[in-house]
Order: sequence, then structure tokens, then C-alpha cells
Amino acid sequence: MSEILVKIKRQDGPKSKSYWEEFKVPLKTNMNVISILMEIQKNPVNAKGQQTVPVVWDCNCLEEVCGACTMVINGVPRQACAALVKDLKQPIVLRPLTKFPVVRDLMVDRNVMFENLKKIQGWIPIDGTYDLGPGPRIAPARRDEAYPIATCMTCGCCMEACPNVNSRTTYIGPAAIAQAKLFNTHPTGAMNKEERLDAVAGDGGIVDCGNAQNCERVCPKLIPLVSIIAEMNRETVFRGFTRWLKGKPQKAAFDEPIG
Amino acid sequence: MKIVIVGGGLAGLLATIRACEKGADVDLISFVPVKRSHSVCAQGGINGAVNTKGEGDSPWNHFDDTLLGGDYLANQPPVLGMCEAAPKIIYLMDRMGVMFTRTGEGLLDFRRFGGTLVHRTAFSGSTTGQQLLYGLDEQVRRWEVEGKVKKYEEWDFLSAVVDEDGTCRGCVAQDMKTMEIRAFPSDAVIMCTGGIGAIFGRTTNSVINTGSPLSSLYQQGVYYANPEMIQVHPTSIPGDDKCRLISEGVRGDGGRLWVPKDGKPWYFMEEWYPAYGNLVSRDVASRGIYKVCRELKMGLDGKDMVYLDVTHLDPEWIEKRQHGVLEIYRKFAGEEPTKVPMKVFPAMHYTMGGMWVDYDQMTNIPGLFAAGECEYQYHGANRLGANSLISCLYGGMVAGDKVLEYGKKLKKNTADVSGKIFEAEVARQKEKADKIYQLNGTENPYKLKDILNEYMTNNVTVIRYEKTMKETDEKIQELMARYKNIGVCDTGGWSNRTAVFIRHLWNMFELSRAITGGALLRKESRGAHYMPEYPDRDDENWLKTIKAKWTPDGPEFSLEDIDLSLIKPRVRRYDVRKDEVMKEEEKEEKKEAAATAEEK
Ligand SMILES: Cc1cc2nc3c(=O)[nH]c(=O)nc-3n(C[C@H](O)[C@H](O)[C@H](O)COP(=O)(O)OP(=O)(O)OC[C@H]3O[C@@H](n4cnc5c(N)ncnc54)[C@H](O)[C@@H]3O)c2cc1C
Repeated sequence: MSEILVKIKRQDGPKSKSYWEEFKVPLKTNMNVISILMEIQKNPVNAKGQQTVPVVWDCNCLEEVCGACTMVINGVPRQACAALVKDLKQPIVLRPLTKFPVVRDLMVDRNVMFENLKKIQGWIPIDGTYDLGPGPRIAPARRDEAYPIATCMTCGCCMEACPNVNSRTTYIGPAAIAQAKLFNTHPTGAMNKEERLDAVAGDGGIVDCGNAQNCERVCPKLIPLVSIIAEMNRETVFRGFTRWLKGKPQKAAFDEPIG
Repeated sequence: MKIVIVGGGLAGLLATIRACEKGADVDLISFVPVKRSHSVCAQGGINGAVNTKGEGDSPWNHFDDTLLGGDYLANQPPVLGMCEAAPKIIYLMDRMGVMFTRTGEGLLDFRRFGGTLVHRTAFSGSTTGQQLLYGLDEQVRRWEVEGKVKKYEEWDFLSAVVDEDGTCRGCVAQDMKTMEIRAFPSDAVIMCTGGIGAIFGRTTNSVINTGSPLSSLYQQGVYYANPEMIQVHPTSIPGDDKCRLISEGVRGDGGRLWVPKDGKPWYFMEEWYPAYGNLVSRDVASRGIYKVCRELKMGLDGKDMVYLDVTHLDPEWIEKRQHGVLEIYRKFAGEEPTKVPMKVFPAMHYTMGGMWVDYDQMTNIPGLFAAGECEYQYHGANRLGANSLISCLYGGMVAGDKVLEYGKKLKKNTADVSGKIFEAEVARQKEKADKIYQLNGTENPYKLKDILNEYMTNNVTVIRYEKTMKETDEKIQELMARYKNIGVCDTGGWSNRTAVFIRHLWNMFELSRAITGGALLRKESRGAHYMPEYPDRDDENWLKTIKAKWTPDGPEFSLEDIDLSLIKPRVRRYDVRKDEVMKEEEKEEKKEAAATAEEK
């Protein structure tokens, strides 16, 4: 085998019609999907021998920590940099993620994921950046529990795999719920744990999870999303219950900006 | 006050937070969504002399190691400022919720890194950069919600807007979706655009690190300082698309370099450098590996490759501390690093040189500041491992503060400046962009970059010969001529990444000429700059910053004295402990003093 056959779903712009284009790329050792796309840049000719324009895609670190190059490769959402050609069945089929608007070809707009992090107040509310000494002590076991969640690179695989993330819902998805848990685990973050729980309990929040459990299967960082969501679910239920006992009305979480 | 910050890596994000805290409004422009900035790649850690292991470490000791590591080419006062602030900055990041690795007592843990004999490096497993970047990203998001920050992500920086008095009044950038080019008026601009790895092709850097903003500004008159100082990291796994780093922290945690000799492992670095062993400074380690592979021809299977071995360490322990790195190796090399030694080779990694800045992080264009890897200030001729993250944060912090002081003193605010200067700069940039669309020749831009990469990597990295560097400079000029015959191959007006790439390509050529020219000029060996024809450090003639100034006919160089007000340069040795070197030098000095006294 000296050539790789690649089928790429292309689209010139957000409103254009998509189309498929095939390429034959010379095989070299140690190739990944990124190096296929780089070869096409150097020789933008399709399998029919016609001159075409280079494929547009997103990438940056090429070592699976920035999350940029996520696409659907042979039906699975994953990072193109970590998809080694030797492990892939041919023809290799590349499509853009389907849960986000296409910008061009394999490039999509995942801004909604960053917006969702605003909704769950994804930060530690520090007083300021002046010198206030060290942060709170954290037991190594607690840190080890939180750390995997902190490696979430907002890549969108979990959103892509989740049947409940779609154009009919406002579901914020597994990544944002897990981030809420991350900040609630931190001693300082826990100080406004309730606000985050309320956000997660609100419209488009955890109630939209249908427990399909696809998210965890595709997470490249192996974040235990299923158990995290289950735990957050318990906590929001408990929180709702105590609220109800206190007779406070529950605030709708997402239709107003949280500041 | 309105400021523009270009780049949202560690430097840009902390500058943003500082400026917001002090009341400024920030437009944050970035090529990639800031959370995907190259800083995510940093693995091993961040230095700060917190001294939690009873080793008597101190900011002064950190400062001393940093200067020695950089072969004394850095101005000393800002380096001391950085080292003094480092412990506080690490604590600040801790308060932001960064999940640093902890000791049994719940305190921050520290590991060893190169060019030092103490545990000074705080870390979060082996994804320290990612964790630090996210911590800052979250705080910036908070300011975004407050309405103090407006992000312009997936915009390409094109140029600074400079008024008749030579003062920076904002910048011009292009939206890479709509391809719109527009001006961002502001009272000051802070550049935090990172490194230039793409010039060398397959490096440890992220692919967007073309150095295009640095180059545009160099072409607008900003000095490019010490362009020749390029760091090659000793340990990476070569790949077809990039070289993936195996962090120095792996050696900090006990990893050893070796090749077989007479059927047994030969730990060459430990033999050559008994005091620092595998943790010498990076330039020394890379040259060591080159010597083994190229000169002694003892690379694995005769190839450019040596072992980096962690198989003697407790697999569970090393997994916990280095999971991210070991996973990269498993994924990309397909072998189990806790069972089989890793195979590694040096790769271009970092640029010590960059925009010339003063102690307030301001370039020679008033109102234009720079922080992070894109400026030259902290690392001299070679950067110590884990010193970059701290220099990015410190530089970002200083810039964020100083920019406001600058704004207060500004006689005329940008709001009162005529709109014409913005229109003129936008028009100039549109014209340049149009020229790219009109390129209808036969050259493929990506192939031209490959040629540049090959020449720069072969000739202007670890070992530098005059002859091949001259050839490289000629080659770059040839490529610049061939550039005019590029075929743009994509003339679309929406999300046209090829057009953006072509702009960056030219900018890479301009920087490459300064890098090669600077290296040809510096007739000595210092830190990362090693010329076999001039193998020694020459403090008399070359303890100087090289400043490149752009001209249409190529770079023009000048020299600037180094601020040596705090420490006298010593010989740089890693085979003996530095306290012993200091003792020896003291003895020598005393002897000399006695001799001169006798003469009198
Ligand atoms: C693999 C690897 C591991 C490393 N590990 C360590 C380590 O353990 N410890 C350590 O101290 N250092 C380490 N370093 C070095 C360190 O990561 C970098 O020097 C540092 O992160 C640079 O940060 P920065 O803020 O200057 O820039 P970056 O993080 O590179 O950010 C640059 C920003 O500028 C923007 N930008 C770039 N070009 C443009 C443009 N044309 N227009 C608009 N915006 C633009 C980008 O979008 C980005 O937001 C490592 C480097 C590599 C490559």
C-alpha cells in the first residue's frame, strides 16, 4: 500500500451545500490525519486529478491538549492529531462535527461551549491578583479526583456523541456540567457551590441528560463523565429539595446573564 | 483607558486580568480561541524558589541559575524581579484553582529541572501549561461577563497603527472568517503572541507559531533582539507532522539518557557532567546528544536517536507524575515507556530572542508593549526549563501594570487622535491582502515553507557553521524571490486560510534572515549559539545584545551593552557544582589581588 484514500466532506461556507471530495495521498511512516491534510495543502489535487482548493481545518498543538483538531474520523469524534493512519480503516472518512455550525470544510464554530462555561460560573472567585499568599491546602486524593476534569480541553467530542445535544434543545452538555463539579470541588470554588448547582439545575441543564452514556465513551481525556453527571444530579436534587423546604422560588438560570 | 492585547497565552491572559483589575477596558485579539493557545503544550512545570524541601533555595539562587543558564546575555535587574515575584505568582495561580500536584500535607509539590540542583519546579502532573492557561482563561471569562473584556478570537494581527509622533495608537487585524480587515484604536497595545517554531518546521511548537506578528512589527521598526538565540530541546519524538516533546521533567523525576556501548548502557551525560548529570542546561544536553549521534556515530541503530529511560522507576509513581507525557509517547510511538526505554532526539523548541523591550516591557515604539515568548528579556542565550511559564506570567503582569501607568501620562488620548491614521493603515493592509489574492504563479506556498524549514533546521540550530549559514541566507533570499511566483490556490473571500498562510510565510522569511544574520554576526559560542569556528565565549566582544533593525535590503545589526549590575559573569560549567566554581574563582581572584599588591 503506497497511497491512502481519503474521503472528505467539504462545505465552502456556513450556508453552502456540502459535497464529498476524495484524495489519494502518498503513504509515509508515522502519518496521522493531520499529515494527510498537510499533504493535500502541498498538492491540492483530488483523486480525479482535478486541481482543487486546500481543505480548511482547525489545529494547533498536535499533541491532543488544545482540542482544536476535533472532527469525525471514520464515524468517531476525535482529534485528528491522535488519529494514526496505521490504525485507521481505508478509505479514511473525514467529516466536520455535526453539533456545531460549520465554518468551512472541517472547521466548526464551538463558541457555544465557551458560552456554557459562563453559565455555570466556571471560575474560582478570587479577590484579586495581588499577593495574598498561598491557596487553600488540598488533600492529594481530592486533587487527584479533580485533576482529570481539569484536563477537559473543550474539544466537543462529548457534545457530538450525546443524542440530547441537538438543535431542538439548549442542553449545555456533559463538558460544562463536569466543569461545574470541578469548581465545586475546590475549597474556594465551593463557596458559591449553590449558584453553580442552580445553574446546572436550570433550563438546558442536567435534566436534559438522557443518560445515554455516550459522552464518556468518546472523551479523549477519559473523564468519568457518567459518574460526574450522576453525582451532580444527586446534588441538584438535594439542593432543590432543601430549597423547597425553605420555600424559596427557584431562579431560571439561563435566560439572564450571570455576572 | 482602552487597550488592545494581542495573544491569549499565559502572558496575554494575565496582562488582561491585571489591566482589567486596574480599570482598563480590553480588546483581546487572538489567532486561536485563547483556550487553545500554545501555552497548553507546556508539560513540565513552572519555576519559583518556594524552598519547601529544606534545600536552602532562594529567589537569588534562582536568579543566579537563570543568568548562568543564559550565559549572562540577559539584562540582570528584570531577571531578579522575575525570580523574586515567582513564588508569589505560583501562589496566585494556586488561588485561581490550578490543580497543582500536592504533597502528603496538601502543599504544592516541586520537582527538579535542568540547570539547577534543587527542587524548584511546581507542576500539575505533566500538563502544567494547560492547567495554568485554563486557570487564567477562567478569570478572563469572568471579566468578559463583567463587560471589561471583549474577545476577538480567530483574528490575525496585521500591524500596529503608529501616529505622526511615532506613538502606537492601536492595531489592525483581520477576521479570519469574514476576511474583514479593521482597525482597533486603543491607548496602548500589548503583544503576547508567543514563539516562532513554524520557521523550523517540525518542532515541539504549535503550528500557528509562525511569529507573524513579531515579524510585522519588526518590519514596522521594532527591534528584534538576539534573533539568533534559538533553543533546541534535547528530548522529543520525531513525527511526520511535528516533534512531540518529552518533558525535561521526566529527567527531573529520574529519567536517564543512554546509548549502548560494549553491550552495556552508557549514561553519557552522567559521565560527562557528574554534578548535573542528565539535568544540565538544554543547549548542553542537545549538543551532547548530537555528539553521540553525529560525531561518535553511536545513535541507536546508527540513527539520530538515544534512549530516555524511566523503566527503573516505580511505574505507578512515574505514571502519576508524568501521565500526560507517557500517554503522548504511548500514542505516538506505540510503545510502553515504563517497560521499554523511550527513543528521543533534539528538536527546535523555544526562542530566547524577540521584540526588544525596556524594563517596563515597552518596545522602542512608545505605547507598544510586549510580554511572553515574543520578547527577549529574561533568558539571555539559553532558557532554563520551567522558566518560560514564569517569565510569561511575570512579563504579562508587569506589562498589564505598566500599560496603565503609561496611559495616565499620555498627553493626548487615542480618542482625540485623527481617524485618518487608522484609515490609512487599514488601506495599506487591504492593499497587501489584495496582492496575495493576485498571486497566480506556479509555486505552492506550503512547499516553499518546507524548504525554509529544512535549511533553518539543518543549519541554524545546534551546530552552526559559517559556510552553511551563508548558504541558508542566500536560500532564504531565493525563496523570497520565488514567493512572487506563488499561486494562491484559493481565492475565496470566506475563511481563506491559504491567504493567511501566505502572509505569514513572507513574515517567516523576514525573521529567518534576522535569525541567520544574527547567528553569522555573533562570532563566539554562547548558550544555544554554538559555532565550531568560534568555540569559546568571548565576553570582551560579544557580551552584548544583538539588535536587528529591518530595512528593505535585509537586517541591519547593532550591539547593546548588557546590564551586569548585580552579578559578575562566571565560567559556565555543569560538570562541577556551582558553589565549587564560585570558590575556585574566588581563590583565583584572591591570588591575583595578592600578586598585584606585591607588585606595588
Ligand atoms: C511542548 C512544549 C512544552 C513546554 N513546556 C514548558 C514547561 O514545562 N515549562 C515552561 O516554563 N515552558 C515550557 N514551554 C514553553 C512555554 O510553553 C511557552 O514559551 C509559553 O507558553 C509561551 O506563552 P505566551 O503567552 O508567550 O504565548 P502562547 O501561549 O504561544 O500564546 C500566543 C498567543 O498569541 C496568539 N497569536 C499568535 N499569532 C497571532 C496572530 N498572527 N494574530 C493574532 N494572535 C496571534 C495566539 O492565538 C495565542 O493566543 C514549552 C513549550 C513547548 C513547545
